[in-house]
Amino acid sequence: MAMVSDAPKGNFRLSMLIYDTRYRSITIQVIVLGLFIAFVAWLLMNLQANLAAKDKDISYNFLFNRAGYDIDQQLIPYTNDSTHGRALFVGLFNTLAVSIAACFAATLIGVTAGVLRLSKNWIVGRLMTVYVEVFRNVPLLLWILLAFSIFAQVMPEPKDFKVTQEMVDQGLEPPVQKIFFDSIAITNRGTNVPAPVLDRPLGSFLVLDVPINLSVLAAIAVILGSFWVNSRIRASAKAIQEDTGFRPVTWWKSLLVLIVPITALLLALGFHWEIPAFAVGENGVSKGFNFVGGISLAHSFTALFLALSIYHGTYIAEAVRAGILAISRGQTEAAYALGMRPNRTMNLIILPQALRVIVPPLISQYLNITKNSTLGMAISYLDLKGTLGGITLNQTGRELECMLLMMLIYLFLSLTISVGMNIFNNSVKLKER
Amino acid sequence: MKKSVFLGTLVATTVLSGAVFAATLDDVKARGELLCGANTGLTGFAAPDANGEYQGFDAALCKAVAAAVLGDPTKVKFVPLTGETRFTALSSGEVDLLVRNSTWTYSRDSDLKFDFVAVNYYDGQGFMVKKELGVASAKELDGATVCIQTGTTTELNLADFFKSNNITYTPVTVVDDTEAANQYIAGACDAYTTDASGLAATRATLADAENHIILPEIISKEPLGPVVRHGDNNWGDIVRWTYYSLLIAEEKGITKANLEEVAASTTDPETRRLLGLEGEMGVMMGLDNNWAKNAIAVSGNYGEIFEANLGTSTPIGLARGLNALWTQGGLQYAPPVR
Repeated sequence: MAMVSDAPKGNFRLSMLIYDTRYRSITIQVIVLGLFIAFVAWLLMNLQANLAAKDKDISYNFLFNRAGYDIDQQLIPYTNDSTHGRALFVGLFNTLAVSIAACFAATLIGVTAGVLRLSKNWIVGRLMTVYVEVFRNVPLLLWILLAFSIFAQVMPEPKDFKVTQEMVDQGLEPPVQKIFFDSIAITNRGTNVPAPVLDRPLGSFLVLDVPINLSVLAAIAVILGSFWVNSRIRASAKAIQEDTGFRPVTWWKSLLVLIVPITALLLALGFHWEIPAFAVGENGVSKGFNFVGGISLAHSFTALFLALSIYHGTYIAEAVRAGILAISRGQTEAAYALGMRPNRTMNLIILPQALRVIVPPLISQYLNITKNSTLGMAISYLDLKGTLGGITLNQTGRELECMLLMMLIYLFLSLTISVGMNIFNNSVKLKER
Repeated sequence: MKKSVFLGTLVATTVLSGAVFAATLDDVKARGELLCGANTGLTGFAAPDANGEYQGFDAALCKAVAAAVLGDPTKVKFVPLTGETRFTALSSGEVDLLVRNSTWTYSRDSDLKFDFVAVNYYDGQGFMVKKELGVASAKELDGATVCIQTGTTTELNLADFFKSNNITYTPVTVVDDTEAANQYIAGACDAYTTDASGLAATRATLADAENHIILPEIISKEPLGPVVRHGDNNWGDIVRWTYYSLLIAEEKGITKANLEEVAASTTDPETRRLLGLEGEMGVMMGLDNNWAKNAIAVSGNYGEIFEANLGTSTPIGLARGLNALWTQGGLQYAPPVR
């Protein structure tokens, strides 16, 4: 009797593509791939045919044309003479600003609420449960609109801060005053905060049309240098402690190293705060429509930031709670057995291990925050959707181009966040050796 | 089974979307309804009344077109559109006709592939402010916060005006007249800018209209008119001549009240051609010969529509001005029906 022989060779027949299990799976995959390519090709042809029918083409030349519209919040210099391409970047930076700020705030809120929800204190635990359940079960858009309308309806108008001739005559004060040592004004249009100003700045240079401020660079360099020197001081103190068992007193050295250089630099540059105020005419009567000077944060930004951080904070809180609950009770007991207090147990034993469970859902929350920042369109926050996908799209009529470009940019943003967070995840996950 | 349904739907959608751009007239007739892109709510031009039916100067033109094409002014469905969504809606075939205070500009005509078939209102951009601000001229608005509708020509004019006068402003972008009015009343902006007619209409709806003034400066030309897609010339002709028929009716003194009487007694050849008593005028465009008569019968001639919705007897109180007939020193002029 012959053993099971090798598969017969050389007599391949076409029917084997269907009936022979060795070839069938390949056949099916080839057919599916072919169909998929055909489908994509058909979609593209359809697009081309429809564009031709409307006598339109695909062109991105409009990005280099004058935009002609103004944007109220901008992180890079922009005027209505700038191009649509630059308006795109103004919008992109606005998107990034609100997303990054909201990611930080949501993480802070989420971790705090997640830990507190497990608190043994009944009131604190229930309060956090109420926060999580209320905020995540109402659509985000409603929170954004609510936050915005509270600011817009409740806060006083800028004119209420003004000093009129009558007030001067009768020695009265305006109905509303600035808060926080007369420096911050919250109106129904925005929050006016003091701006840092330098009398003798170091100047700036342009990189790709974006001005790089030398004074800021210098300040950052000085601060980093101070921290480096401080770390050297601490390291040497530690070395002495290991050698002799006696740790030299370092706090005044650290304080000196951290504070003196940056203060000296700021003094040399003539640093001071520019307080927002109304222009003042003769007799101290206020003039103009709005506060002049300082930085004006539109409520569209503040409302979007608040709503995003509080809403997504709930999801992060739940992820944190799940992460903590995933750590075996034995870990806490072991830490207590070693005499650690609950605070240090949480910070040193539980949270680092819980991170392995927390980080993956955290990534998706960061992605969600970035994508949900487009909801700012409801309150006229001019992010990427507002400039490229809103005004530029409308004024140029290039719907397809703008939408494709916008999708590409959001895809790129999301993938970047995803890659960065995955690298972080790899660094905290359980190392199996 | 499900897959085949899905694919079938896909194919059907493509075939349909391909056909949208063919002949709008046939589509409208087959549908038995005219889809008219209208303002989301601008009193006097197009706004739903207490019964939810659209009324106004622009809405009347939509009804006239529906009457000319389908013989029934009620067979029109108004699709509310914002300044931002209107052109995409027209371009994609969501509406057959756009009558929404849209300004005729070069790039909309050429680059966006639309046809502005007529100008039903000659307008210009102005500013409205509260009286208490003590502002008498738009040039005093240095540093002001201005509410502006996004996706409009006014957005670009505003930037140009402040730039050429070397003054600054903060824009607050809003999507439509209603939101603009809300923001303006709440004090989120010092001034609201849009077409002067739109300002008058918004002002008329304010509870304290007397506390608001429209500044004297008109900073742009805003010829507003009905828009159709580029490439379907016959449909463009129908809309254009429906509008002109209303103008000619005013010129000839044909009103909603005396229409039947004139039709029975007139001996004027042009009036007879217009009302379908002579010649085959309607058939040339693929319509009934009494198309113009139907259109005029809806809400009367151009002058009647103007007076009923915008005129000095209404709260909006606009004078005819540039929109008077050419015979009375205005710009409204219709070519002859011949």
